[in-house]
This record gives sequence, C-alpha cells and structure tokens, in this order.
Amino acid sequence: MSETFEPTLIAFCCKYCAYAAADLAGSMRLNYPSNVKITQVPCTGRVDIIHLLKAFEDGADGVYVAGCMEGDCHFVSGNLKAKKRVAYVKKTLEEIGIEPDRIDMFNLSSAMGPRFAEIAIEMTDRIRKLGPTPLTASSETCSAKEGTP
Amino acid sequence: MIVADRKSIHEILDMVKDCSNILVVGCKGCVTVCNVGGLKEVQILAATLKIARKKEGRPLQVDEALLERQCDPEYIAMIQDRVNDYEAVISMACGVGPQFLSEAYPNQRFYPAVNTTFFGGAVAHGIWEERCAGCGTCIIHHFDGLCPIARCSKSLMNGPCGGSDHGKCEIAKTVDCIWDKIVRKKMEQGRLNDLLQVFPAKNWQTARDGGPRRSRREELIQNG
Ligand code: SF4
Ligand code: SF4
Repeated sequence: MSETFEPTLIAFCCKYCAYAAADLAGSMRLNYPSNVKITQVPCTGRVDIIHLLKAFEDGADGVYVAGCMEGDCHFVSGNLKAKKRVAYVKKTLEEIGIEPDRIDMFNLSSAMGPRFAEIAIEMTDRIRKLGPTPLTASSETCSAKEGTP
Repeated sequence: MIVADRKSIHEILDMVKDCSNILVVGCKGCVTVCNVGGLKEVQILAATLKIARKKEGRPLQVDEALLERQCDPEYIAMIQDRVNDYEAVISMACGVGPQFLSEAYPNQRFYPAVNTTFFGGAVAHGIWEERCAGCGTCIIHHFDGLCPIARCSKSLMNGPCGGSDHGKCEIAKTVDCIWDKIVRKKMEQGRLNDLLQVFPAKNWQTARDGGPRRSRREELIQNG
C-alpha cells in the first residue's frame, strides 16, 4: 500500500525565507515532490496551533512549518514561537495516538533553494513510510462499514 | 483572576466517549486571560477531540460557543435555544461555569474541561503565580503587600519557619520563601520592628469554615 500511497503535505512557509527558497528552487529547476501544498505566511510566528491541527483535521498526512534560521527571523522571534507551537502539536498528536513525526519544523534561509527541495523530499519520504494518516484510513473503514448492509 | 489548567485530552475524551455530538463552551473572562478557555482554546480542544475521534473511526461533531462570562445568568441564557441540541456540553470556564450551566439547564450533562487552580496573575508571559487564597480577611498591609496566607507553604502568620534556606522555601528550591521576602522588605524599609508584633492565629471563619460563602450588596440587589 505504502508504495502507491501519495501523501498530502501542508507546508507553512515564511515569506522571507522558505517561500523565497521555494522560488529559488523553482528558478534553479530543482525537482521536488508535488505532494507538498505550500501556504505562504508573513512570518511563521503567525502559524497558530489551530492552523496546524486544522490541517490534520482536513486530511493532511503530514504538516511542516518552514521558517528562517534561528536568530534571523524578520520579526525577531516568530520562528521560535512557531517551534514551540509545533512542539505542542507533536505532543497533542502523540497523546491521541497519531505519530508525532507527521509534523515538524525546519529552518532555512532564502538562499537555500536546494535545502527547500531536500526538506520536501525528506518529509514526503517520511510520511510515505508512515502511511496515510489514521484519520483518512479510519474514515475509509467507516464509509466501507456504512456501505455494508 | 482565577487561573486554571486544561485537563488532559484523555480525560476529556473519556467524559464524552458515548457522545456523537457535543458543544464546547468557552468563557471570555479569567480563563481567556490565562489562555485556557477562550476562543482559541475552544477551537484547539474542538479540533483535537475531532481528530482523536475521527482516528478511532467514530467521528464526533463538535460545535463551539463562547460566552462573555459563565458566572452570570444573563450570559448563560444566551445559549438556551441550542444547549439541548447536544448529547453533552463541555465547559472551558472555571468550576463556576459548568455549575451555573447545570443549574440553568437541568436536562443537559455538563463536563468541566479545566482544573481550576488558584487566584493569581501573570508574572511573565505564559507564567502565572498564586497570590491570594481568598481567606476572607485580608491582612497583607501588615506585610507590605506580600501574602503569607497564600504564598507561605504553611500559611504562617509569624515566619519564617526553620526550613527557609537562602530565600527558598523548604518544599522546593524553585519556590520563594515569602517570609524571607517579607523580612527583607521590612529591613529595606527600616521597619523590622513591625515584626516584633506577634500575630495571633488567624481567624479562619471567614475562609472556608463557614460553609459556602456569599457576598450580598444591598445597593445592587433588585426586587427586595
Ligand atoms: S490575606 Fe487573605 S485575602 Fe489577603 S491576599 Fe492573602 S489570602 Fe488573599
Ligand atoms: S520556608 Fe518560608 S515559605 Fe516555606 S513554609 Fe517556611 S516560612 Fe513558609
């Protein structure tokens, strides 16, 4: 199953670094998996716990936040705030029996186009190995059950 | 304000394990200020419950509501047209909230999502500390605004006890000895003599001893 499984990933990317790095990856014609849906944010500090949870609730198999290098945040400490929120969601996922590895935080600069592609590959591979989120898996079983007379 | 902590997600999931639809009601008062039961926390709890139950293959429908305060009947009344549409209601207010809700809507089941802990304030962003134990007879003017009832682990009226060590309480190295602070402040202000006065044992009748307390303000009471 995991060979054919194509995960859906949501990446919250900071306008000043990760999103710019994604642009650069594009100009450099680098390949990275199309599984990643990018949401540009003004700063990763804007990414709240609820945005991360909603992404899972709405069917993402993996979620990551990509912000500036620590100490280089355009808004001083937004990326450090995001790091704590990611840690909170990791803990929450663990508590409810979902692999905490499905979420992570990365730091990169706008010049790191290749690193952007690497992260996308790394996360896609990781989630491919984990398989679909138990949320979609269980709703499938659910609808299958419902289908049985 | 009243400070609270959210209960574990397991505990809350267990409360509503038999339900397929619930309402989570937040409060814009103290629990919003201490980031436990306001709009954001209601959304986070709702999303977490939904994810956990979807994972189990038994989806839970969770609706959200936010009241101005759950310690006033007029705000409690604002959900009257929908409160009975659910199998259970979770209150994210302090312990007063679910009780006021239960009294107003006797046919519904209410569960507390938080543990109400103490009267305190934020000493830094994200850190709250106890400052008052609601003893009913405030005496902090004798101690330069430092409360030995709430902040001394033994509620000593004449401290410090023999366990005070370099300004820390004997219960833990992370807890300040408030009596150490009281003595230092008196010394700084040249008023150490104040402490020669022996404070008699406190009259605890104004605390919890007289049973549930009540505050009446005749000038505010309408209709008798
Ligand atoms: S003396 Fe009593 S009322 Fe005053 S702060 Fe301490 S516990 Fe609260
Ligand atoms: S060490 Fe200080 S705060 Fe702790 S019990 Fe003794 S007097 Fe109270």
